[in-house]
Amino acid sequence: MTTKRQKADVVIVGLGWSGALMAEELTRAGLNVVAIDRGAWTDTSTHTPPSVDPDELRWSQRKELLSPPRDNTATFRNTLDQTAIPTRNWGVFELGGGVGGAGFHWAGMGWRFSPWDFEVRKQTIERYGLAKAEDGELQLQDWGVTYDELEPFYDRWERIAGVSGRAGVIKGEKTGVGNPFEGSRSRDYPTPALKTLRAMELFNDATNRMGLNPFTIPTANLSEPYVNPLGVSMGACSYCGFCLYFGCGNFSKSSPQACIFPVLMRRPNFTVLTKSCVTRLTKANDGKTVTGAVYVDEQGNEVEQPADIVILTAFMMDNTRILLHSGISKPYDPRDQTGVVGRNFTFQTVSGTDMWFEDDNINPFIGAGALGSQIDDYNGDNFDHSDLDFIGGAGILTLSRDGLPIAKANALPPGTQRWGSEFKKSYAKYYRNYATIFNQGCSMPTKTGYMDLDPNFKDKFGVPLLRLTYDYAQSDRNMAKFTMDRSLEIAREMGASHVNGFNFADKPFTTAIVASDHVIGGVPMGADRPTSAVNPYLQSWDCHNLFVVGASAFPTNAGYNPTGTVGALAIRTARAIADTYVKNPGALVEG
Amino acid sequence: MANWKAIGGSVAVVAAVAAAGAGWWAYDTLETSRSDVADDRVTLADFKADPEAVARGEYVMRTGDCAACHTKGMGDFAGGYEIATPFGVLVSSNITPDATGIGAMTERDFFNALRQGIGQHGLLYPAMPYTAYKNLTDGDMHDLWAYMSTVPPVRNDIDETAGMRFPFNIRLAMAGWDMLFFENTGFDGDPVADRGRYIVDGGGHCSACHSPRNLLSAEVSSKYLQGGSLGTSYAPEITSNEYLGVGGQSVESIAQYLRTGTDGVAVAAGPMAEAVEHSLQYLSDEDLTAMATYLKSVPGSDAVAPPPLAADSLKQGALEYEISCSACHGPRGEGMGLLAPAFAGNAAMLAPDITNLSHALMVGGRASSTHENPTGAGMPSFAWKYTDAQMAEILDYVRNSWGNAAPPVKVEDIAKMRADSGARDKLSIPQ
Repeated sequence: MTTKRQKADVVIVGLGWSGALMAEELTRAGLNVVAIDRGAWTDTSTHTPPSVDPDELRWSQRKELLSPPRDNTATFRNTLDQTAIPTRNWGVFELGGGVGGAGFHWAGMGWRFSPWDFEVRKQTIERYGLAKAEDGELQLQDWGVTYDELEPFYDRWERIAGVSGRAGVIKGEKTGVGNPFEGSRSRDYPTPALKTLRAMELFNDATNRMGLNPFTIPTANLSEPYVNPLGVSMGACSYCGFCLYFGCGNFSKSSPQACIFPVLMRRPNFTVLTKSCVTRLTKANDGKTVTGAVYVDEQGNEVEQPADIVILTAFMMDNTRILLHSGISKPYDPRDQTGVVGRNFTFQTVSGTDMWFEDDNINPFIGAGALGSQIDDYNGDNFDHSDLDFIGGAGILTLSRDGLPIAKANALPPGTQRWGSEFKKSYAKYYRNYATIFNQGCSMPTKTGYMDLDPNFKDKFGVPLLRLTYDYAQSDRNMAKFTMDRSLEIAREMGASHVNGFNFADKPFTTAIVASDHVIGGVPMGADRPTSAVNPYLQSWDCHNLFVVGASAFPTNAGYNPTGTVGALAIRTARAIADTYVKNPGALVEG
Repeated sequence: MANWKAIGGSVAVVAAVAAAGAGWWAYDTLETSRSDVADDRVTLADFKADPEAVARGEYVMRTGDCAACHTKGMGDFAGGYEIATPFGVLVSSNITPDATGIGAMTERDFFNALRQGIGQHGLLYPAMPYTAYKNLTDGDMHDLWAYMSTVPPVRNDIDETAGMRFPFNIRLAMAGWDMLFFENTGFDGDPVADRGRYIVDGGGHCSACHSPRNLLSAEVSSKYLQGGSLGTSYAPEITSNEYLGVGGQSVESIAQYLRTGTDGVAVAAGPMAEAVEHSLQYLSDEDLTAMATYLKSVPGSDAVAPPPLAADSLKQGALEYEISCSACHGPRGEGMGLLAPAFAGNAAMLAPDITNLSHALMVGGRASSTHENPTGAGMPSFAWKYTDAQMAEILDYVRNSWGNAAPPVKVEDIAKMRADSGARDKLSIPQ
């Protein structure tokens, strides 16, 4: 029997970055918000204080902060004619195990997408003609929102997260520092860029000599003490390098915990239900609205949380699965490309190179999760693709992230002995002399890259697992090869004695290999109703009181980390709800 | 509020003294003509308040920090806060307008209780700071009464003294204490012109914690605001003394600390965090400025900085500090913005009583969380990581670096804190 809780103004499913940002906006607007998260309460001072040693085995290898695969797996296949089977270990789905989601254990890359990323189809057709955009495999579509429309909300997210960086373009003017290719910003970052470490120095010098434009990656690892617009204090990064897969003990990595929870948890009109997993939404009889969310609590009881407004801010896989399982909107059908839910799954197309130096001191134990240098000369549409067999590109970056000794034990030049005294000698030398160039490439949707409910496998609640069908588009494969070659040139210019390129896209895609963990799509946004599940305010076209927020809404994926864009979209949607929707509930966009 | 625990404990001692002197009657302390201005007919449950008086009264309530002791998970002002004493447990009363609370009190009864410690069930224990509230003006009292009438009544029948052992459960015993230590007079200045002192000595009852107490638990007036021990914490000197007090701080920084819980150097934690959260953050800038100005005028102790310990003796502490403390407290003791306290220029860290420091190292702590500064960062326990001697080394280092100077920390004081707080021993390393 399903018990019913008292009705709320808003129910939010998933309290990660999106959920926390929206809950903050909506409770500040006076709405009564109940957030439901399947994770346990997790916070900095309680769970990852600075006195807890950053144990690589515990946090990074065994991934103690992550939700276990048994709670989150999906089935996977590359093509429609294969039978999908479940992934049984961590792979590309790296969800947080507690409230805050992956926003607690993430590295902290504080990017915006470029203006091109929101209009890939339109701009590709304008610059290169229709044939480039419609090659028979790609399924390009635009976001229905432009960079300029999103800019104020990017700015707000950066202020809340305290992102450290150096602007390249402010109000249309190039600053002469920072990224000259970035979309125009209304103002500089709230905190200055982190320091330049040795691997970055080598990269900057080499790319400058090559006529490229290196800059420091914007980080949600803060360079100095900071108070955000909510009044929450953050500390300065100590370059300890224990960020990705770790909680930050000294409040210098931005997270829902560090940036939002201190104010959110004080508000009497906010409630969070932890260890409660939403399985489906309930629909009104006329099918035009949803009436609430049904979850299974820690004791296994099924409980309904009714609400006037329902917001899905879970992981993109879960947003998609909840919609499919609840029978909301038409599922995508890859045979005729109709339907919207599950559509446009994409990943990222990654290549790059490992490199080793002989007598340098890279000293990787000094680092920060997002710290590195990047060039955007080969990202997005920043270079001419007329004579190239692909669209898009990659952010080509080097990282000064961490010096984790277990993980780094594998990073030795090819041919190095892997045991005995020779191994020890080599590791002692190359631990200090290893660097990497990572090409974080865009990913374009295909007609057959999608998600639906698996016909064979169910989770512990009896809900069908999500089935992922995906492989890289040929355009993306070609791009990855092109950018790998660029990274090899840079590595040689940096003076590396050993250069060993890699390209994840020269093989079939698999969920088992973490080339990146930026999976996106499934509930694409857009201004074109037949090809999008939510409108440009992430409002369901079919149920106007349902908003589906997060990377599930990205119709295409960029050569940048997604969190800043997730944050900006969440804030924009929350403002639209608070300013417009609650006064006159209904469709915010005609479609 | 935790700081009452120590006072409550001493109260029981006093009870013994007073019991010995039973039969004596302190006519002066029980003379209630100051309450003549109050109505004696309408009960709190029936009182109809003027909204403006209620609004003013809420402010008086914040000043007096009533919620700190009278709200404990049973409803606002419904009492139930347990004050552990060596002689039993004292429980704070229900002060809502319910029949189980103070609903049957008249305004006169209310005045008698707050300003003279004469309650509806007998004499109050001085865990209730009527020794300070006696300074409240008639106007503030009328307003507070009006506010209390608007509190939602909560049914919560509390036997305040049930946990006190005989003879300490006899309220009449407090007559002896009152006779010895309670002066039945109102504020001796101009509550407007002397606004800072009026709040500090009246509703704010600052000296209840920040003045030392004698063996009979009465404040030592000659050491007014020069620091008081509260068992598991220490309320530091807050006088004009520049070495240990607030004499070296600007009025603005003191006011900022009181309003937000930090001035960017010190960070309120423990009982002071509660005072900031429940009370001080609600006070007006004018009042906080008046309090700060007054505190800077209070004559202080004669403590002066000793010569700092020799740098050679601090090397091991410096290493431990760098490893475990510097990420948040700064390599030069400069702190971390509003998040973690600085050691450089933080006079409260130099007090001869190191209870707050040893408690933070053993048990950890949590900064105050206020409207303006909500973060409330945590200080983790290092009991598992350091021995008592290592902690002493760390404290000697921070108390004698960056311009600081303080006498050496006694290892036995830290050992006592480890034992008293029940903190674990340092993690043993397999041999």
